[in-house]
This record gives sequence, C-alpha cells and structure tokens, in this order.
Amino acid sequence: MPKSNKPIVWGLFAAGGTVTAFITPVLVVLTLLAAAGHVPDLLTYDRLHAFAAHWIGKAVLFGIVFLSLWHAAHRLRITLHDFGIRGDALVAVVVYLFAAAGSVASAVTLLRI
Amino acid sequence: MSERRIELEVLRYSPERDREPRFQSYTVPCLDEWVVLDALNHVKDHLDTTLSYRWSCHMAVCGSCGMMVNGEPTLACKAFVRDYPDRIRVEPLANFPIERDLVTVMDDFMEKLARVKPWLIPGEDKTLGSGEHRQTPAELKRFKQYTMCINCMLCYSACPEYGLVPEFLGPAAIALAHRYNLDSRDGGRAERQEIIARDEAVWQCSFVGACSEVCPKHVDPAGALQQVKLASTVDWYREHLLPWVKK
Repeated sequence: MPKSNKPIVWGLFAAGGTVTAFITPVLVVLTLLAAAGHVPDLLTYDRLHAFAAHWIGKAVLFGIVFLSLWHAAHRLRITLHDFGIRGDALVAVVVYLFAAAGSVASAVTLLRI
Repeated sequence: MSERRIELEVLRYSPERDREPRFQSYTVPCLDEWVVLDALNHVKDHLDTTLSYRWSCHMAVCGSCGMMVNGEPTLACKAFVRDYPDRIRVEPLANFPIERDLVTVMDDFMEKLARVKPWLIPGEDKTLGSGEHRQTPAELKRFKQYTMCINCMLCYSACPEYGLVPEFLGPAAIALAHRYNLDSRDGGRAERQEIIARDEAVWQCSFVGACSEVCPKHVDPAGALQQVKLASTVDWYREHLLPWVKK
C-alpha cells in the first residue's frame, strides 16, 4: 500500500480553513456594517470596484472564494462520513462539483469586471 | 468518613457460558475517596470472585484499567465515585472485542503500535564510546507531551472513525510515531511515513477530537495527527513537484 494522495484535497482544505477562519468573520462584519449604512471610506463602491478590476484584486478574491468553497465541500464530505453515510465516491463528486461550479462562476464574474 | 451505597452495574461475559454479554448489579458501600476501581476491587474481594478486569498501578500510570464508565472511556483508577450518580454502569472499552467481563482483546492495537516503529532509530552512527546523544531543552519540548502516552487505548475506544473503519491505524500509534519523528536524535521518519501517511492511517482521521478529550495524560493525539497531516502534505508536494530535491 503506497502513501496516500489525500494531501491534494487536504492541503486545499487546510488552506481554505485558514482563510475561512481569518477572512470570513471580517467579511461578515463589513457586510453588516454596509447593510446598516456605515460604509468606511476605504470600502466605498468605487474603491472596491477598482480593487476587483485590478488583476491582483481578482486573484485575491478568486483565491478566497475558491479556497472557502473547497473547504466547505471537504468539510461536508467528512461530516457526511461521520454521520455514517456510506458512498464516499458519490458524495465527493457532488460536493467538489459544487465547489468547482462556484469557483468557475466567481472566475467568470471577476473576469467581466 | 462518609460512606455511600452505589449500584454498580457491571457487564459480564464468559465465552464458555454466555451466548451474549449481560449486566450484573452489585450494591457497593463506597468511601468518599474511592474510585470506580476501588468499587470493582470490593466486588472482587467480598461479593463475587469470578469478576475479571485488568488493573495494576491504581495511579494512572500503567494504563491497564481503561473501561467504559457510564458510557465514556475512562481509567477506572481516575474515576472518583463521588463524581457519579448512585447508579454506575461499567463496561469493557468500546470498539474492542470482549475476552471476558471487562477484559478486552488488545491484539489489534498491539500489532498497529509495533508497525509504526515507536522506538528511537538513530539518525547518525555513533559508537557507545563517543558519548551520549545530546539534546537541548527546546528539542525535548517539541515531543515531550507525546511521550506521556500510557497505551491505555481510551483514544481508540472514543474514536468513531476507528469504530467505523477497523483498519484505521488510530490515534495513539500515530501520535507515538509523531513523537519519534520529532525527536532530534531520530532518523527514522522516512520509514515511519511509509506506514502513517497511507489512506488507512493518518488520512482516515476526520478530526473529531474525541481522542484528546478522553486522554488521561493530556497527550492530545488529535493535535499530533493534524501535525502529521500537515507534514505529510508538505512531503507530498516535495515528492511530486520537486522530486530532484533530496530530503
């Protein structure tokens, strides 16, 4: 039995977990602030649009979306396994397809900006 | 000294006599400072000499008296009766076959433990005359926590993954492999990785964390396994993307 190839999916999962832990709460707070009408000067629509229009901004945003989705997909896969749902291959295909579809959608959206 | 009567429900099973396990109840007068192991010893000494269970040191060092106390993997010598209600149910460790009463068959764990080579494989050839392998306090600190394991198998009993997939190498064995991998005097990591970086080894862990919760010696096997995952991931990328770089 050779060494596992799981590091491919787990490495992205771990990176996504780090991103989700550090960035997502910030995004939630900022979104709530914006919804309440308190948009800091730094985060006005024009500035954020300019950020997303630059290729570095696109890369950062895509990285956050892709890693977060991958993390969520892998977490869901493992959770279903822990709940005793057998059929890991089917579960893996479905959840990773969701993550891939979301990533492609975010890439398309970003490229259009 | 106050005395309290408790109902001790003990799982009994004799392979020659019983078709399946059953519970037997004993009324035990317990002193305030008694642990569940004391109550079992009282049963053995005064009420029923046929009861079988493992124990030795009575001080959480030998790791023999692991059992389910009210459904949780615990060392019977560390479970104070005063912390439990008047009815205490004692069963053999979950996830292991029963040999007799509270005694489980440990063969699976013993075989897995040996497989990870949990001993020092010297990194450099050194004759006895050239002196000891020196280690700084900082180097010792890296792995000392993982040396506290007493092989009590509570972590295997608590691990739902081991219950689902019996081939899983399991928390204690991988944490001990990690202990030697982190040792500055050791050179056996490549050999051990061949065992612990497989699908049915560290990658079977879904980080439930129950192993660390029940560990009586605060080894934190779950933490060790996550560190092994990270190190194995770095290995994987080095081996596949930079195959020309020597380890």
